[in-house]
Amino acid sequence: MLIPEPVQSLIDAFSRLPGVGPKTASRLTFYLLRGDETLSVELANALAGLKENTGYCQQCWNITTADRTLCEICSHPQRDPAQICVVEEPLDVLALERTGGFQGHYHVLHGALSPIEGVGPEDLKIAELVARLKVGAVKEIIIATNPSMEGDATAMYLQQQLANRGVRVTRLARGLPVGGDLEYADQNTLLRALAGRQEMDQE
Amino acid sequence: MAQKFRSFRVDAIVLKHHDYGEADRLLTIFTRQKGKLTAIAKGVRKVRSKKGGHLEPFTHSNLLLATGRTWFVVTQAEAQDSYPNLTRELEILGFASYLVELVDRFTYEEEENVPIFNLLKNSLARLDEGEFPAQLVVRYFEIRLLDLLGFRPELKNCVVTGNPIQPESQYFSAALGGVVSPQAGKNLQGAVPISMPALKYLRHFQRSSFDQAIVAKPADEIYRELEILMQYYLTYILERGLNTPGFLRRIRRDAGTQAE
Repeated sequence: MLIPEPVQSLIDAFSRLPGVGPKTASRLTFYLLRGDETLSVELANALAGLKENTGYCQQCWNITTADRTLCEICSHPQRDPAQICVVEEPLDVLALERTGGFQGHYHVLHGALSPIEGVGPEDLKIAELVARLKVGAVKEIIIATNPSMEGDATAMYLQQQLANRGVRVTRLARGLPVGGDLEYADQNTLLRALAGRQEMDQE
Repeated sequence: MAQKFRSFRVDAIVLKHHDYGEADRLLTIFTRQKGKLTAIAKGVRKVRSKKGGHLEPFTHSNLLLATGRTWFVVTQAEAQDSYPNLTRELEILGFASYLVELVDRFTYEEEENVPIFNLLKNSLARLDEGEFPAQLVVRYFEIRLLDLLGFRPELKNCVVTGNPIQPESQYFSAALGGVVSPQAGKNLQGAVPISMPALKYLRHFQRSSFDQAIVAKPADEIYRELEILMQYYLTYILERGLNTPGFLRRIRRDAGTQAE
């Protein structure tokens, strides 16, 4: 072997990551090898702690630190438990939180229904969501799944499961993005933007 | 070797997509010109992507593809028809997924097959229009697809004895690819029963254009029988289970339990 075993094994580990090819993997490895020791120690600690110190919030299934059963949002006294925003992934929570426009709770499904890939309701945290309706005073479920075929499938299934339970079920509006161009919009988006048009004097 | 063009136009139906990398998607498309292809669509998961909405599954689009190193790269996309109703009702979405899954599983990359392209396009359009029962569109699709793939089942003569089939309940053998008369069928391993009305509808679909096929008005239990029979035959040919039938069963069951 031209490359010593410890170095090669790190290269192999890096190249298993998404978007990292063999060249990038060796570049990163040799950077760490040449670089300051604290850098690799910090990286090693962060990696070791990643799985160990994280867990799922037992209410919304977002990722949280391992020592707590409820995440920061679910245990925050100022947030409104009557509204639950349903998203596909934890990163979607981050995106919505960055807007600062939502003060309710979340529910993370960890995926979306896909008939072709064989992802069914049992693979998602849907039963957990239905169970939440039974305990809390939930008034509204806001479905914030992606505007894709899979997101639509998930939204329709949720609607079916949540109907007749005394909660209002809504879905995020679909329309034209800021800075977009009508010329490039697809028919589906344009039709929905047209259907969801609003009075100009509303805001 | 023929000259390789750097980029070319195709008429395509998006079969499925996978997230890939930061904001890209890997698409499986079925094109009129070159059959099934894998193409990468860069940046389509970004909200302001110009192409994104034109590349959702089931969409019929005009694409400009460039020959990349590993995959074709989608450089332009314009939807011809995005069939918006296919994603407005869960069962219809399931049926559309089923058609697309069948085409994906039964075809190989870069094998041109214009009749399959047209069959898929027309069937998706029919599901989208909703003028005819979705079950009829799907069952007709299956039998035509089998024809186009060279798996046309024999429905006139017994596949064991070769004698013409009499008007009575029969058996169907996936291994032999057709109906078996009751005498030969009852001891034949793997043969399943088929009722006379179900067989009549299969024959009708097999020899008819869609305009003629819609004259048929099978009862619900015949549709159910045909659905189970075709799934048995298709799974046998594929040697592997399909994903969508399980999904359809699940959502039908759940719809039933929720309605109470």
